[in-house]
Amino acid sequence: METTTAVRGQGITKCFGDVVALDRVDLDVARGQIHGLVGPNGAGKTTLLGLLLGLAVADEGRLEILGRPVGRALAAPEGIAGFVDGPGLYPALTAKQNLTALARLRHRDVRTAGVEEALDQVGLTEVADDKVRGFSLGMRQRLGLAAALLTKPRLLVLDEPANGLDPAGKKHVHGVLNRLAADGATVVLSSHRMDDLEALCSEVTILSVGRVVFSGPLAKLSAENRELEYRVRTPDPLAARGIADQVPGIAVVEPGAAGTRQDPEVVVVRALVPALDELVVRLVGAGIAVRELAPVVSPLEAAFLALTEQDQQLPAEQGQQHSAEQEQQPPAEPEQPHSAEQGQKDPAERAKEHDAS
Amino acid sequence: MTATLDQTPVADAAPAESRPVPVSRAYRFELVKLFSPWRVRLLVLACFLGPGLAVVAIKQQSTLPSDTLFGRWMHASGWSGPLVVLGFAGTWALPLLTSLVAGDVFAAEDRLGTWRHLLVAVRSPRRIFAAKALAAVTVILLLVVGLALSGIVGGLLAVGDKPLIGLDGHSLVGGDAAAKVLLAWLSVLAPTLALAAIGLLGSVALGRSPMGLLLPTVAALAMQLAQMLPLPVAVRFALPGYAFISWNGLFTDPQQLSPLLIGIAVSLVWAVVATALAYLLFLRRDFTNLTVDNAGRRVLTLGVAPLAALFAATVGVVAIAGGGTGSGITQEKLQNSLAVNFAHLYRLQEDELHRPAVTEAQLAASAACTKADGLSAPEGPGNDWRCVVSWHVPNVAITGQAIYQLDVTANGRYIADGDGPKEVNGYFLLKTHDGDAPNPLWQFDGNVDLLPSH
Repeated sequence: METTTAVRGQGITKCFGDVVALDRVDLDVARGQIHGLVGPNGAGKTTLLGLLLGLAVADEGRLEILGRPVGRALAAPEGIAGFVDGPGLYPALTAKQNLTALARLRHRDVRTAGVEEALDQVGLTEVADDKVRGFSLGMRQRLGLAAALLTKPRLLVLDEPANGLDPAGKKHVHGVLNRLAADGATVVLSSHRMDDLEALCSEVTILSVGRVVFSGPLAKLSAENRELEYRVRTPDPLAARGIADQVPGIAVVEPGAAGTRQDPEVVVVRALVPALDELVVRLVGAGIAVRELAPVVSPLEAAFLALTEQDQQLPAEQGQQHSAEQEQQPPAEPEQPHSAEQGQKDPAERAKEHDAS
Repeated sequence: MTATLDQTPVADAAPAESRPVPVSRAYRFELVKLFSPWRVRLLVLACFLGPGLAVVAIKQQSTLPSDTLFGRWMHASGWSGPLVVLGFAGTWALPLLTSLVAGDVFAAEDRLGTWRHLLVAVRSPRRIFAAKALAAVTVILLLVVGLALSGIVGGLLAVGDKPLIGLDGHSLVGGDAAAKVLLAWLSVLAPTLALAAIGLLGSVALGRSPMGLLLPTVAALAMQLAQMLPLPVAVRFALPGYAFISWNGLFTDPQQLSPLLIGIAVSLVWAVVATALAYLLFLRRDFTNLTVDNAGRRVLTLGVAPLAALFAATVGVVAIAGGGTGSGITQEKLQNSLAVNFAHLYRLQEDELHRPAVTEAQLAASAACTKADGLSAPEGPGNDWRCVVSWHVPNVAITGQAIYQLDVTANGRYIADGDGPKEVNGYFLLKTHDGDAPNPLWQFDGNVDLLPSH
């Protein structure tokens, strides 16, 4: 049960030169909640997370963190930890030395600082004495999380914590975050991995070009009356396709259409949930087995795309520089469909380029 | 949307504002980071072992580094070793060491992308700056101590505590030599701090750019180049690098303290100003931005321009205070210096030859110098100085005369090369009862005070 608010932002505006990174953003995050922050690159996620960590201060608006107003940079309350743009680690030190140095910096007794426990929680005990120089991106992410855990945070701010994580690492990180939330800590994280957000977050805020386009529970987002594409796997796709054509509200997506992979056993349809229910009833009635029925993209991703595409297209049509920059980004890598976006620029960087130009 | 604070009970009181980490702990954190790369540990090891080993190795060889100040005395006195090391350190080692430490202390965070992490952890850019500057200076001081100790220990082990011949030929024995050597090393701390401050400035201003790392070395080499040019004394003294050579004045009698003190003062002013500029640049940096913003403009307005103004102001102050606008090398100074030097070394030669002792007063040595055979004004640096030294030996009616060719450098140092007669200064060895010995009058180093004599 929600008892109070961990983060409350009202009308937060942050500009870098002429570029508006955050435009009257409202954000409310309940204590004990894992709150996701999503948005295309340049939406202002990292800027917002930076404000929560106290790295910068909003130009306008009011921000309260853990019940305390934040009025100047680096004046955030005790109990906030996390990282933006990747964890800060020193490669010449071992994992354990990184955490120990940090614990000493905060005047904690190294014996009771929980260094071993933090490493154990993120699954890095076996490499505790290895230099961070040899760590993979996922291991660094986990070590960054362990560093944040040392402070026993009441608000944990994480920027793309799932970057580079293998399934085991992901499991560790999810476990840690869920335990933290269960213990009453609040987690605000950004991610391009919709599956992570769906697995972890109870609420999300979607940002687009510095504005909030949605904020609320995931269930509310999924329940929006929006057509989705579904993949129907059946041993008789021809018959299934014939039936789908006859169901009102069902549109069959041609094989090989944009974003669909040709699979002889799969029929892709676009529909609202009631029409989809009707299709399943008719397929079963016709004796056609349904081996799989799943959305081609998750509801969150679909909502994200629907909510942000309009904002993304508008500046492009107007020939604005920022959208043009986004379109020029390299294509996504096959292993991580969203990884290419991660290399795109935050408004702070765009502002610099803008100034330079 | 979630409930608001007004509508919901507060589970627990709002936490206090996060307090910045004390400088002492941030300083310790910086030291841990500075010593973590192998290159810094290797540098420490090299500084504590290298000079000593080099001095011992030179002792084993027949040739001496005569082109280095005090190098020609390395077989004669254990105190020469640390001074040769000091000369080398001022030229090469200290600029390089300050580059590697101070020039990288801020840039390393840029390279590793750890600024935000550090700011969140420490919560005060001011304290981060203080901790980093102190840590860099600590490591640099440790390296300087290593160089000095290593040179001293190496020299004393290889040659022993034997009298050191000063730059005017007089002997410095025991504690006197030790004190002068230690003072000389202490005096170069000031220009080292100036270079370290320039390194901090470069590291802050230029971030991960290699130029930031190399700035102290480049600045030191530029200043050394300037010292080789025939610049006016005021300009020469206004450069913080002058203190790397002004310790030479400690080894004359009377000591040439004014150039040394001016050099130290100028270096310390540069250290303070450059550190303050680095501090201002650092505080103005926007850490929400990963890249250094407006770096070029800020480097010019907060880096280059103020230091150029400082240099101009220092030149003016030194010139007004009597530094003069000439070269500072005059015929009279050179003649006096050479005569005194010769007299001291003549006594040493007499002693080696087991002849009756004479005093400088009895010798009444004098020198007459011309430049370019009288074709040019007798002042300024050059290798075309020719001097005739005259002296009187008690109970000998004839006035002794010896010729020297002098190579005088723009910083006031000279090498006197004996040109006869052979029995006095024409050959590098002396035939003594104990066998051949180095002839102290054959070639020797000297130093003239560039400031006008009063």
